[in-house]
Amino acid sequence: MSMLTEGRPTKQEDNIITPDSDALKTHTGNRALMVDEPLIFETGSPDRSGVDLPEAPAVESRLGGLDRDEPISIPGLSEAEAVRHYTRLSRQNYAIDVGLFPLGSCTMKHNPRLNEKMARLKGFSDIHPLQPVDSVQGALETIYQLAEWLKKLTGMPAVAMSPKAGAHGELCGILAIRSALEARGDAREVILVPESAHGTNPATAAFAGYKVEDIPANAAGRVDLDALKARLGPDVAGVMITNPNTCGLFEPDMKAISDAVHEAGGLVYCDGANFNAIVGRVRPGDLGIDAMHINLHKTFSTPHGGGGPGSGPVVFSEALEPFAPLPFVEKTEEGHFHLVEEETAEDHHENSFGRMVAFHGQMGMFTRALTYMLSHGADGLKQVAEDAVLNANYVLRSLEDVLDAPFAESGPCMHEALFSDNGFANGLTTLDLAKGLIDEGYHPMTMYFPLVVHGAMLVEPTETESKAAIDQFIGALRSVAERAKAGDELLKSAPHFAPRRRLDETQAARKPILVWKEPEEYAEAAE
Amino acid sequence: MRYLPLTPEDRQDMLATIGAASVDDLFVDVPKEVQLDGPIRGLPMHAGEMAVEAYMKKLAKNNSAAGDMPFFLGAGAYRHHVPASVDHIIQRGEFLTAYTPYQPEIAQGTLQTLFEFQTQVARLFGVDVANASMYDGSTACWEAIVMARRITKRGKAILSSGLHPHYVSVAQTMARFTKDQLVDGAPTLDAATDGAALLDQIDDDTSCVVVQYPDILGRISDMSELAEKAHRHKALLIAVVTEPVALGAIKAPGDMGADIVVGEGQSLGVGLQFGGPYVGLFGCKQKYVRQMPGRLCGETVDAEGKRGFVLTLSTREQHIRREKATSNICTNSGLCALAFTAHMTLLGEKGLRDLAMLNHKKAVEAAGRLAKINGISLLNDSFFNEFTLVLDKDTRPIVRKLADQKILAGVSLGRLYPDANELAHGLVVAVTETTSDEDVEALATALEGELA
Repeated sequence: MSMLTEGRPTKQEDNIITPDSDALKTHTGNRALMVDEPLIFETGSPDRSGVDLPEAPAVESRLGGLDRDEPISIPGLSEAEAVRHYTRLSRQNYAIDVGLFPLGSCTMKHNPRLNEKMARLKGFSDIHPLQPVDSVQGALETIYQLAEWLKKLTGMPAVAMSPKAGAHGELCGILAIRSALEARGDAREVILVPESAHGTNPATAAFAGYKVEDIPANAAGRVDLDALKARLGPDVAGVMITNPNTCGLFEPDMKAISDAVHEAGGLVYCDGANFNAIVGRVRPGDLGIDAMHINLHKTFSTPHGGGGPGSGPVVFSEALEPFAPLPFVEKTEEGHFHLVEEETAEDHHENSFGRMVAFHGQMGMFTRALTYMLSHGADGLKQVAEDAVLNANYVLRSLEDVLDAPFAESGPCMHEALFSDNGFANGLTTLDLAKGLIDEGYHPMTMYFPLVVHGAMLVEPTETESKAAIDQFIGALRSVAERAKAGDELLKSAPHFAPRRRLDETQAARKPILVWKEPEEYAEAAE
Repeated sequence: MRYLPLTPEDRQDMLATIGAASVDDLFVDVPKEVQLDGPIRGLPMHAGEMAVEAYMKKLAKNNSAAGDMPFFLGAGAYRHHVPASVDHIIQRGEFLTAYTPYQPEIAQGTLQTLFEFQTQVARLFGVDVANASMYDGSTACWEAIVMARRITKRGKAILSSGLHPHYVSVAQTMARFTKDQLVDGAPTLDAATDGAALLDQIDDDTSCVVVQYPDILGRISDMSELAEKAHRHKALLIAVVTEPVALGAIKAPGDMGADIVVGEGQSLGVGLQFGGPYVGLFGCKQKYVRQMPGRLCGETVDAEGKRGFVLTLSTREQHIRREKATSNICTNSGLCALAFTAHMTLLGEKGLRDLAMLNHKKAVEAAGRLAKINGISLLNDSFFNEFTLVLDKDTRPIVRKLADQKILAGVSLGRLYPDANELAHGLVVAVTETTSDEDVEALATALEGELA
């Protein structure tokens, strides 16, 4: 098997870091194609515009005497300048289109461009959320179809489509649980969250008004079932569990956990952020789960876009179905799609806990996810999970001789491989290794997460990487790991080849500068 | 399958390295009895690009696209012309397919644009700082109420009757669980806003007063007096802007004393998209910055002293603080924020002001024409690009009938307030730069037909 090049250095001498090269300065501060791009506030002008507009009609204005007479001070650029500005900035970004992006639990897989093309069809992109339902039957059918896929893939009878992101989906699930408990006159106050769950889970439970208690992980990186059972009682509303968990491991006791929680009168929330590891092979509904959000962007490849938009539909068990939020889509016997919202909510939706968001959720993500599902089909999605798990285990076993893998003895991992900084030379940390990986041309893996492992490194290659690409990544990670074990001081100052050297995050937090100010304002502030 | 690169030989080689006989061995932790034996039944098998495209196009065609017919819907989502270069910029793979900028050295593109976005939003709102975006306007509004509770340590929020009813619904949903007390109500079909009533309700238990600007009926009112009284009682004024283009023409809420300003940024760069994804805007006074939810991008320097940008103050966030986090926001709307920023940069101050006046004056003209119809009166004294017509009958069936005739008239208040019968006579009509004189004439003629 020949090595793919994919923009990686192929000659050994290219790999040698020479800090002396930093002494070479340019007049502009640029490094060939790497340009120090000024802010729009430093180059644009309030009088310049990249947009030509028609004349306004000559009529009296009716602004109620509140005309904006002060300057807004928003600079403009011509179209040519704007395109160049953002294109130059884009080149300072790492992205999945640039290379393998091994962020564990974040799932950075290839984003098919067909998804983008379909989302931009005017029948999807140019329709208003309050149009009469007869004029948006295709949009409602799209939501309905996607909901059907999610129900079948999870084996759950109902789904709420409107949550805007994964954490928002968690909130939706917790509100449904609370509503169901209150409906039976059972006000419980505590949500249990295992240590191996995502950090968003306790935040969500607290935001919804619950007290949060931790449940420890056992030595194998799983929920301590005995500790969980011991804590269950009449004050526990439910548990929030991440499965596969943040150590990249499946919770084999999931069904036993669900049964125990149900027996104690509580309900089970599952964080489905890692659904991509099991899609098509296991249905969460068969594990006794009552609510689970699905990050469409992770499992079904809608783009992350530098942080969002996400989309977090939530599937529900029969117990929670009546409490699902508005609005949602129903299909009549005649095949008409019906939108259930405030105006049309009928008797059998009286238990809905209400509205979570102004409109229908992330339609633009729904079209992308449905496009992806149709492309893969039921057969392909199963293959997705299998290849994701295969790739992760391949990474785990190829590196366990050089990097400490705390749960390697626990058996296979799921879609992500967990390592720790155990064995690094004194003073060198996971952060240094991560920054060293940047010089190798890779985005680092997830660092210091999960919290149960010291100096954690969570690697998720995903199913869209080839064996050759993974081999190359393994080579890079091995090389940096060996340097970390040998105590290579150059790692302390990495990255050396990125658009910026190591950034001072402490200074940013101590005296936050969150908006641009004129240089003279800075000078005044300093005096 | 075109997105999956492993060949059967690759899989065998990799299993050999792992020391597993088959991929099933990797799923040993999943109990046998819950494992599926074949592909999930009832779902189709994989399909090629051509087939998927044909299917999705069929679904898309079964919608009436706004651009294909006279179109007047607003009420929190607006149709504006988005310059072609905006979509080009957000489709750059390095923006589109990047993750949250946790590794700032190789995410300066995203970070610098977020810093520009924060500055633009703060200046537009007339406040000191802004965050790097929220999910949307309605969730940003609830987060602002939570923030006011945290700052004032009080739990009574007064919501103006002019606040978008869906925003009120979101707050009501949440308040039921958090035990916040909400004072709210539906508007009346009146040109005057509820400013006087709001002033009366402010007391020493009040955490905040929430006012939409312009409001759901399109009315614009000065918030200075409300801000003053709220501050006298150590409460906060929260302003909600669902149409940011308006701020090119009318005073910034921050300049009238608003402490927190939130908004929906969909109008700039994002497009209608049947309600999402949109972009939540969130700004506040400097002294509250550490109580602000959401992602923040800050300026700093690198090891060589060069300016750079990082995510900062993240110790407020839920992935770190667990149950002590300040909000439910985890991600932001990075790509939509980029679209907003790019559109705003193309406009610049002059472009934004010109666009705002174009919107406004077209709306003034349209309102004049429509108000001449027998059986219709114009509710508003003041408005920006959206106003309320009061008809002598329920507007819901009229809106549905006109849609069948390929005219997407405004939003019936009956749809937004199903429990308030008298409001069903109100029709909220939005006019933007995309509305032509012919569109207005078509709507006028159709309404004349319905009311004759």
